[in-house]
Amino acid sequence: MKTVQGISLDYYIWLSAALFTIGVLGVLYRRNSIIIFMCIELMLNAVNLLLVAFASYYQDPQGQVFVFFIMAVAAAEVAVGLAILVLMHMNTKSIDIKVLNRLKW
Amino acid sequence: MNALYIICGLGIISLLAEIFNFKKALFPIVMVGLVVAIAVAFLDGGNASQAFSNMINFDRVAIVFTMLISITAFSWFWMAKDYFSNNSHLTDRFAIVLFSLVGAIILTSINNMVMLFLGIEILSISMYVLAGSNKKNLFSTEAAFKYFLMGSFATGFLLMGIALIYGATGTFELLKISAFISAHSSDLPSFFYTGVIMVLIGMSFKISAVPFHFWAPDVYDGSPTPVTAFMSTIVKTAAFAALVRLFNGCFAEISSTWLIIFSVIAAITLVLANITAVYQTNVKRMLAYSSVGHAGYLLIAVVSSGNIQGVILYYLFGYSFASLLAFAVITRLEEKNESLTIEKFNGLFSRSPFLTFSMTVALLSLAGIPPLAGFFGKYLLLSLAVGSGHIWLVMIAIATSTIGVYYYFKIILAMYFKKSALSQIDLSQSLKILLVLLLLISIVAGIFPDLFLSLL
Repeated sequence: MKTVQGISLDYYIWLSAALFTIGVLGVLYRRNSIIIFMCIELMLNAVNLLLVAFASYYQDPQGQVFVFFIMAVAAAEVAVGLAILVLMHMNTKSIDIKVLNRLKW
Repeated sequence: MNALYIICGLGIISLLAEIFNFKKALFPIVMVGLVVAIAVAFLDGGNASQAFSNMINFDRVAIVFTMLISITAFSWFWMAKDYFSNNSHLTDRFAIVLFSLVGAIILTSINNMVMLFLGIEILSISMYVLAGSNKKNLFSTEAAFKYFLMGSFATGFLLMGIALIYGATGTFELLKISAFISAHSSDLPSFFYTGVIMVLIGMSFKISAVPFHFWAPDVYDGSPTPVTAFMSTIVKTAAFAALVRLFNGCFAEISSTWLIIFSVIAAITLVLANITAVYQTNVKRMLAYSSVGHAGYLLIAVVSSGNIQGVILYYLFGYSFASLLAFAVITRLEEKNESLTIEKFNGLFSRSPFLTFSMTVALLSLAGIPPLAGFFGKYLLLSLAVGSGHIWLVMIAIATSTIGVYYYFKIILAMYFKKSALSQIDLSQSLKILLVLLLLISIVAGIFPDLFLSLL
């Protein structure tokens, strides 16, 4: 039985898979840009959780260092993303992704 | 390796230019710096070197791809000179472009999943900013926003894949992962395969293969034209370099998992992209679909066996320079805030024969007409596919490239046989030299393909 801190590794995998799926569904179904941002963050944090669980299981610091990389990059990504969102709001006065339909087939 | 440091240094110099006020000199400095980077990469030759505790591996393939990226970047800067003039954010633009080149070069030399992630993110985050760099234009903002949403969504998949692969193998290093695969080929956990598929999905987003291509036409259309040129050449080159390293290098042993998926993706990419391109009236959008289609051709090489890297390098070389040539013409023709429809090309021959000739060569090369680089790229690629027994893919590729000829010729016919009442177009000296240079590259590379194939 593979365990981390007394809890089976499988549970960690299922939990982060569930979080990841919630994130994916949120990105696909929600219309509000801020919520979509949050769902993308949720996807990344599901990955972080999984990496930390595996790193702890293998007693290997590499996985935990990777989590720091993801957190740093995600912060940079959100900084850029929110700047684009502000630009979007200045141009259209809306943050609903329905306004993103000027470019089409 | 040193080329990477040089380009990184150039990016920092660009940031300093704002403080120490040498903005005017920045363009020459960057151009000279890129030439030095190309020369350094060339002198490095076959000397493989590792860096950052073996996280990146500058072997021969990486060096040759670095050279390709640097040469493309050099021509791109030349082409995009106007993009960098008379602008209050000039130094930022230089810095962002140069740092995205750093990301591209990292992607050519990845030896570790961490570097794959960082390279893709350095490249993508820079591209999100550049796509939205025309702040007053709503299309540009919309393109940036779409690119950002889709890009980070894809990154999520890629990261989940990396995490699952790490969970199965206990390492991020590509060499150790492939060693683990060969040692445990029969008892790999099922989530390892899920991880590989997720990495595949993430990478398909980045190379804009169907069905993960829907962002590409919008983003290519909405972004400022020089940025579109950058995305369809350098970003694609880097993404394919990384893809080949991952799948043909690290995951080669489990090719039964991904080979069929990539074959199907290649087939639907070819069919859908080329057929949709026929219905486009906007030239930038048509080139976007053609760029998606070329990703399909390149995927055929990925699923084949043999000198994959050499063929992909040559194909990307021909494709990148033909695209740059086409985008150089488009940048010259484009007027402010107006989409460039095919009608705008009407009677171009009477307005500027040289521009028409350049565009014709570019389109013929993209369509794959001999003796241009695009033809031999396609020829080598398809013969590789025949050699590996993918006859059905070759048939689809030939059929779709015939469709390709149709929509490329729509522009060529408009240029030569339609009338226009508009006045002559004056070309600046620097644009003329650039066009001659790009034309020469397209033709010489087509006549002497061995020059490039022997590099790898």
